[in-house]
Amino acid sequence: MSSVQPLPASEPSSFKKVQKGETLIEIRNLKMYFPVLEGIVFQKAIAHVKAVDDVSFEIKKGETLGLVGESGCGKTTTGRCILQLEHPTAGDIIFEGVNLNELDQKGLIPVRQKIQVIFQDPYSSLNPRMKIGEIIGEPMKVHGIQPDPGKRRQRVAELLSICGLNPAFAERYPHEMSGGQRQRVGIARALSLNPEFIICDEAVSALDVSIQAQVINLLEDLREEFDLTYLFIAHDLSVVHHLSNRVAVMYLGKMVELAESDELFDNPMHPYTEALLSAVPVPDPTTEKQRRHQVLQGEVPSPMNPPSGCVFHPRCPLAVDSCRQVVPPLEEKRPGHWVACTQV
Amino acid sequence: MLELGPLGRRRLHNFRANRRGFWSLWIFLVLFGVSLFSEFVANDKPFLVYYDGGVYMPIFKAYPERAFGGEFETEADYRDPVVAKLIEEKGWMLWPLVRYNYRTVAWNLPEPAPSPPDAEHWLGTDDQARDVVARLIYGFRISVLFGFTLTVISAIIGVAAGAVQGYFGGWIDLLFQRFIEIWAGMPTLFLLIILVNIVQPNFWWLLGLLLLFSWMGFVGVVRAEFLRARNFDYVRAARALGVSSARIMFRHVLPNAMVATITFMPFTLAGSVTVLTSLDFLGIGLPPGSASLGEVLAQGKANLQAPWLGFTGFFVIAIMLSLLIFIGEAVRDAFDPRKLFAGAPPGEDAAGGDRAGPLGAQPRGSES
Repeated sequence: MSSVQPLPASEPSSFKKVQKGETLIEIRNLKMYFPVLEGIVFQKAIAHVKAVDDVSFEIKKGETLGLVGESGCGKTTTGRCILQLEHPTAGDIIFEGVNLNELDQKGLIPVRQKIQVIFQDPYSSLNPRMKIGEIIGEPMKVHGIQPDPGKRRQRVAELLSICGLNPAFAERYPHEMSGGQRQRVGIARALSLNPEFIICDEAVSALDVSIQAQVINLLEDLREEFDLTYLFIAHDLSVVHHLSNRVAVMYLGKMVELAESDELFDNPMHPYTEALLSAVPVPDPTTEKQRRHQVLQGEVPSPMNPPSGCVFHPRCPLAVDSCRQVVPPLEEKRPGHWVACTQV
Repeated sequence: MLELGPLGRRRLHNFRANRRGFWSLWIFLVLFGVSLFSEFVANDKPFLVYYDGGVYMPIFKAYPERAFGGEFETEADYRDPVVAKLIEEKGWMLWPLVRYNYRTVAWNLPEPAPSPPDAEHWLGTDDQARDVVARLIYGFRISVLFGFTLTVISAIIGVAAGAVQGYFGGWIDLLFQRFIEIWAGMPTLFLLIILVNIVQPNFWWLLGLLLLFSWMGFVGVVRAEFLRARNFDYVRAARALGVSSARIMFRHVLPNAMVATITFMPFTLAGSVTVLTSLDFLGIGLPPGSASLGEVLAQGKANLQAPWLGFTGFFVIAIMLSLLIFIGEAVRDAFDPRKLFAGAPPGEDAAGGDRAGPLGAQPRGSES
């Protein structure tokens, strides 16, 4: 059973108190390569899947950073690396001045209280054998925050009503609830440890549209109420636009564009972002007919064997010869608007 | 009393819906319950003697014959007409249903042993003039107890081993699996034959030796469940919440992985009972003279002129194993997710009290 032990101040892993607007978490050159193994007893890596390849960004306290991209581009893996569910191949994850990559399992225990996650699938993210009250109460028990069962029950009821659920639901099992209700339970569980930073990994993708709106509003309300910071991973651009202060676009393990939300949606600079935005349907048939859709040629290349130079060059309408050789750095083309492309 | 959740209630309902399995369970429980008190059902001592104003309980304490006015210091033989007469003069005796225990030799048989069934010996006697009914009652008890112990301990070991392999995966899994493959290749029967030549095998020797190999049956299913479950989001969520590995394994994954194990258990129990029976049949099981079903079968084989021995052994073992298999089928049905939501479960409460309003209840699905 793990219990929380305060770390001595002399150790390098002492967390700084971060004020609103300061950098809460910084990701530096994060790389996550998964080896493709061959052999049974003596295994050797014959290739690597470059799920996340040299990604850097930072998130300020109180901010919501949207992370978009198509399936398999490394959004979720980035989130898992931050949560230390995967140990990154290289790079630093600096949270409140502490490099999480250097901590062992024991050192991570205090971090577990500060960084939480809301998963995509409200069905698989709740243990079917545990009552809602146990699911929400367990983190508090494990971290020894609320050892008294009576007070813990009170806190669970409080969390449930914060998330818009009837406190009587604590006695229910997950299968007795709808998808939207389950997702609220997932949010209540994430809030149970009073985290500072929540990673929403496609947190609304599995819900239908009317319930998506409710959950998004709930997430917004909670951000105000508890001073939370979100990393909002999604592939639904309109949701991201609505919720995020800044948006980052990923393609094949690389970050291609990062800008203020409105700036990115109004003036996309990277050709991939443009194509992505033009694929979003507009809910008006007349306008939709007149729009020019920019359809990308070809398929996403395999992350096991990404193209040389700029990973987007085989599908890029602007590509020139040099794109095949030179990896474009993420550059600030306009104030606060970072693009990884040499042609814009 | 164990409080059942809605899932548990539905499983109980499905178990009951399988009438054959449900009745098999009751019949088996009654037979086993009775056999647990074999000493009071079939014994060569009365369980209560009232003699000369005193109460005696010969099953619990050995009284010398002199206590009842006899001549010897040795324990009274209550079946001896002389002793019986002495006691009847000054009191009375309460006898069990069958006045023989599993090793009582009936000296006064009308014909040479094995004698056919009659009013005194309902299923006859074996070739050493011992009552077959008494031997069956004791044999059933030891078979089932042996099977239970073997099943439960191998389940504990197998589940723990499978859980560790499946949860951690990688090198631990690889090495453990290769070890199991080698270990499974050990010839159990030859080891038993060697053991019989070195020691006099008793209940615990046999249990220990069979345990060395029987736990492997559970590893596969549990390992597979853990391999599957460790990538579930709720396990990831628990890890992200800082729950320790041991707690995740036993609190989060194991309850979900137990379905396969529980479904498997009645069949393993039937298998364990069969193993003991076959060892006894081969003569490398329990020590000579012990009551055992396999020994009844072996007697039947050795005495083909006394068919009641073979038939008795056959029917008792066949009925016992059938009951266990029927129970196993009902358990399997009860835990079958496809049947879980068919039919009308009792006490289904409607989803209500939702403060979020428009969040209506979705159809139940994607469960376990």
